[in-house]
Amino acid sequence: MNAPLNPAASGASAPREEGAAARRLSFILVFAPFALWIALVILVPQLNLFFLSLREKVGPQVYVLGPRNYTELFGESVYVLTLVRTVVMSLLATFATLIIGFPIAYYIAKIARGRARTLLFMSCLLPFWVSELVRVFGWMLILRETGLLSRLLQGLGLVDGPVELLYNDVAVMVGLIYTSMLFMVVPLVSTLDSLDDALVEAGYDLGGNGLVVLWEIVIPHAKPGIVAGAIIVFMLNLGNYLTPTLLGGKNSQWFTAQIYSQFITRFNWESGSAFGFVLLVTSSLIVWLALRASGQTLSGTIGKG
Amino acid sequence: MANDLECRALVKSYGAFTAVSGVSLAVPKGSFFSILGPSGCGKTSLMRMIAGFIEPTAGEILIGGRSMRGVPPNRRPANMVFQHLALFPMMNVADNIGYGLRRRGMAKAEIARRVGAVLERIDLADSGPKRIDQLSGGQKQRVAIARCMVLEPTVLLLDEPLGALDLKLREHMKVELKQLQHQFGTTFVYITHDQSEALVMSDQVAVMNAGRFEQVGTPEDLYYRPATPFVAGFVGDSHRWGARITAQAGSDLRVETSTGLALRASAVVPLAEGAASSVFVRPEAIEVRVADGRPDPAPALADVNVFAGRLESLLFNGANSRAMIRLARGDLIGAVLPQNLLGTRLGEGAAVEIRFAAAATLAFPAGGDALGGDAP
Repeated sequence: MNAPLNPAASGASAPREEGAAARRLSFILVFAPFALWIALVILVPQLNLFFLSLREKVGPQVYVLGPRNYTELFGESVYVLTLVRTVVMSLLATFATLIIGFPIAYYIAKIARGRARTLLFMSCLLPFWVSELVRVFGWMLILRETGLLSRLLQGLGLVDGPVELLYNDVAVMVGLIYTSMLFMVVPLVSTLDSLDDALVEAGYDLGGNGLVVLWEIVIPHAKPGIVAGAIIVFMLNLGNYLTPTLLGGKNSQWFTAQIYSQFITRFNWESGSAFGFVLLVTSSLIVWLALRASGQTLSGTIGKG
Repeated sequence: MANDLECRALVKSYGAFTAVSGVSLAVPKGSFFSILGPSGCGKTSLMRMIAGFIEPTAGEILIGGRSMRGVPPNRRPANMVFQHLALFPMMNVADNIGYGLRRRGMAKAEIARRVGAVLERIDLADSGPKRIDQLSGGQKQRVAIARCMVLEPTVLLLDEPLGALDLKLREHMKVELKQLQHQFGTTFVYITHDQSEALVMSDQVAVMNAGRFEQVGTPEDLYYRPATPFVAGFVGDSHRWGARITAQAGSDLRVETSTGLALRASAVVPLAEGAASSVFVRPEAIEVRVADGRPDPAPALADVNVFAGRLESLLFNGANSRAMIRLARGDLIGAVLPQNLLGTRLGEGAAVEIRFAAAATLAFPAGGDALGGDAP
């Protein structure tokens, strides 16, 4: 009785196993580029940096394991102040980007229709067709002593002589906001797009004014987009090197510039690695705190956006 | 009694297109008023003008006797139940209902008391802390109404709020809405394309077509005494013929249909001999008899139309069952199947006789009718 059943059973399971093997293979093939990218570009260099940062130089070519690179960083007030300043400026720039980006996103998502909508969205994207370097030089042409804005102010008789508008915190802020605006507008547009117009109308109909509707209905709805945009923009600001250096000049005191000088100028890779790691931990910590404070999760914000 | 809502010669045009052209209406206090019309007839524009979301091109709206010109939606004593309800998903049930009260700067304790009272009234006393997505379709409906009623508006506007519900719940909500309206005693203005919603719930119904009111009246008026061919075709079922008047004496007409039938009919508006006409007769006005050769117990009167035909098919639908009867001239007429014929062996193809009174055969001037043929 069993004899005819067995071959049938094994005959059915053999192709199933084959199918499973094929699926596993195709999964590995599809997953491989992503895994390689994560491993080779992110994981391995980070681990390498982490080990480098824990090496203390005791003599030429002689190293021991220890936390001296970190204690040196936190012992030197200039470094700590630079880190704090970078974080505060990045947060401010992120907030300013949100304040400027929100009405833009609202207009694109809710008010503009058809071609105007596409055109506006494109014009947010347009600056990214040229390299960041060119964009920053563009701002330098506008802000420098003999630049457009300075001439305009002189022409209008508002100032007596040429004014230097470059190499200050405001110039850095302007550059940062300009560079990261798109990354705030895109997630905001996508969340505001999903807001039912009837909710806004109901908000008015039941007695709310514009401010109330914005605060009680539009912003709570857009929260995932706001958090997603803010995280991306904050990370971009914190890790930006070119914009603060070129627009802020020697006074910019951006933490990435410190990392650069450790690696390149002082050729102190161990210390530079420690600086890099401190920046990574700081930004992760702030993002975590922001997510906790806003009651969002990473998968609910960036994941959706 | 005073009118809670009045519209005077209201016009709304978008460029060359006129969505609402010269609508006037008056809704007495505490009544249930429906605006019934096919999609695109302008009823949504009319409602949005009353709510204040769009400005009328011309005309005036009065709510509670006060002109609403230049009054923004958040200051009008009218609240709206939206088509998809538009409950705020970012707030719980109690906060949704309390939203309007908070806008009035009411004290927290007073808001909580009123929200609790209205929740009790809609049988959702314990649902205050629930999220919106934890409610069923019918409960959401009640919360949406409660959210407006707690503000004690002069007029409650309802924009097809039953459209998204399934059939069974819709039937139930019709009754419940009517009860809620009785309970609160507020004036309801209800727009819909579903005639049964309008007929069941309303005190007064306005039938709207192409930006105008065709007829305003009680559901009985619209059904039995339609004023225009559009209303006759749109409200309820009817059989419609295109016809020509062959003789006329007062409102008594003799007409010949395009299929060649000679009918006796009554004119709804004066019609002259020779005029083109649309003639309507309702399925329940048609009496079906088995033509068994025996003499008719009630001999044909001068004002009854009698035709012989064959039963082509029986469409069983409970109390709404239909007999489709093919006349000699080729017309296919639906009649309400009498209960005594339902049980009999009356087979398809059986010879039958139909009769319908001239008074139930309504003639209108041709043209302007909604859909032609059998209504929706």
